[in-house]
Amino acid sequence: MNTITICRKELQSYFRSPIAYTVIALWALIGGFFFYFGLSFFVQRSMESSMMGQSMPMNINEWIVRPLLSNVNVVALFLIPMITMRLFAEEKRSGTIELLMTSPITDIEIVLGKWLAAVALYGIMLLVSLLHMAILFRYGQPDWKPLAVGYLGLLLQGGCLLAIGTFVSTCTNNQIVAGAIGFAISLLLFVLNWVSEFGSSITERVIGYFSVQSHFESFSKGLIDSKDLVFYATMIILGLFLTSRSLESVRWRA
Amino acid sequence: MIKVEGLTKRYARNVAVDNISFEIEKGQVVGFLGPNGAGKTTTMRILTCFMPPTAGTASIAGFDVQQNPMEVKKRIGYLPETPPLYPDMEVVEYLDFVGRIKGIPAADLAKRINEVSEKCAVGDVRTKLIGKLSKGYRQRVGLAQAILHNPDVLILDEPTSGLDPHQIIETRDLIKGLAGDHTIILSTHILPEVEQICEKVIIIAKGKVVATDSVENLTSRLRGSEQVAVEVIATDAAAVQLKLEQVAGVSRVMHKDTKDDRLHFTVESLEGRHIRPGIARAVIESGWNLNELHGMALSLEEIFLELTASAKPPEGAKPQQEAAIAQEAESK
Repeated sequence: MNTITICRKELQSYFRSPIAYTVIALWALIGGFFFYFGLSFFVQRSMESSMMGQSMPMNINEWIVRPLLSNVNVVALFLIPMITMRLFAEEKRSGTIELLMTSPITDIEIVLGKWLAAVALYGIMLLVSLLHMAILFRYGQPDWKPLAVGYLGLLLQGGCLLAIGTFVSTCTNNQIVAGAIGFAISLLLFVLNWVSEFGSSITERVIGYFSVQSHFESFSKGLIDSKDLVFYATMIILGLFLTSRSLESVRWRA
Repeated sequence: MIKVEGLTKRYARNVAVDNISFEIEKGQVVGFLGPNGAGKTTTMRILTCFMPPTAGTASIAGFDVQQNPMEVKKRIGYLPETPPLYPDMEVVEYLDFVGRIKGIPAADLAKRINEVSEKCAVGDVRTKLIGKLSKGYRQRVGLAQAILHNPDVLILDEPTSGLDPHQIIETRDLIKGLAGDHTIILSTHILPEVEQICEKVIIIAKGKVVATDSVENLTSRLRGSEQVAVEVIATDAAAVQLKLEQVAGVSRVMHKDTKDDRLHFTVESLEGRHIRPGIARAVIESGWNLNELHGMALSLEEIFLELTASAKPPEGAKPQQEAAIAQEAESK
């Protein structure tokens, strides 16, 4: 109940400030760019292939949806720190954290409420990008199942990076710092799989395992692998756990 | 209602609150008096469960702040030094949010918000954005937030700081109006504020309780000998000084300075004597014009000097003299 109250207040705050509109607009703009060129490329290639006399139609999922999901995933990487950076940093700076922490609600309710609000805003962004998919459905016959799985992957990976961003936001009262560190950590987590590409020792494989991107791979192919689900769930819980511990330490250090 | 025992808060290097103990009865209005950095805010933050103490215990209505923080939080209303407001919310939205996280049942919430916004005189800005409100209004919204869930205990950290004189009076009246129903602790570094609002004073300095007393006792103790500033329009300073020294109850007269024909004196009384009427009469009857006559307020620093001095009787007189000298230097 308190979680919903906090979540509602955060969402309201996103849409009262320019943050929500900025993030959604940038998302739509860049996502639209990728979609347009992905589509143009596909149209060109399919015309070429039909002129070559190949009768097999090209798979829309394989040629448009999958690359698009990967591209959009990178865009999310840039925008997610902008969503999370203010969550706690702003409350700490303005002193409203004292109101939350002296009210009869638990730290976990505060953390969950704020994270859910961030996930909800991210969900709205995903809904906006579904417009592109709607166009595909209007003019083609993509398979909806792998597409839905891809979106589930986007949501899970987003939830994971949002949890980490929320944690970073509790560590400082400066939003810019929270945003910068949040972005750096997200980016590193994204490219960690490079480590395992150059070597295959245990250490390198373990480090590579923590790459959020490598776990997204199977989702973008339309596969739900339980080990990826476990990975994302663990990362989300870890992020939220760190957030609530860090919030508790605010009490000790304040 | 509030019981504090051996409370200590230590930061990395310095001790903010050092082994303080006090007790506050239900319905009392208590002033927490001390200079900046004395540990007032830290004590309040411990009482509101914002931060845990390093040692000692504090309990509110029988609930310990560390064992039972939820029960304590339900029973306190807290106004930090900067009101905890969200500038992008309307006043009503804000109070609605606070009401929900304070656990007011949804059915009563609208009624409570109406009552409180009337009590705190924020009814006319209900639908305004908090970010657009003046400082006085923000303070009142902050107070409304603190009393919204009708808490047993109200903790107000410097409720009048940064307000203009008109707003200060309004806020003080508001707090006085709340006094009957709630146990109130308010911190301040302004002495007259305590005299006006509070029944009991806890004075702290450098993290320690220096004195706990009722306001009457404390002021009479401090005002044992009164200092009065007198401004007389006359030409013969020596004659005026002589005349003032002859007034009943006067122990000492100091000629401070002369501007044109306006002569400034500081007059000190003997213990427990009211000398202002006598001075006025003496000046008028001698045919001089009395331009100004007022009691000199003791500054906080002097109070601490006096209080710490009274703890060490043999050297009692010395710091008092120092205080007088310091005051003299200050007025020059």
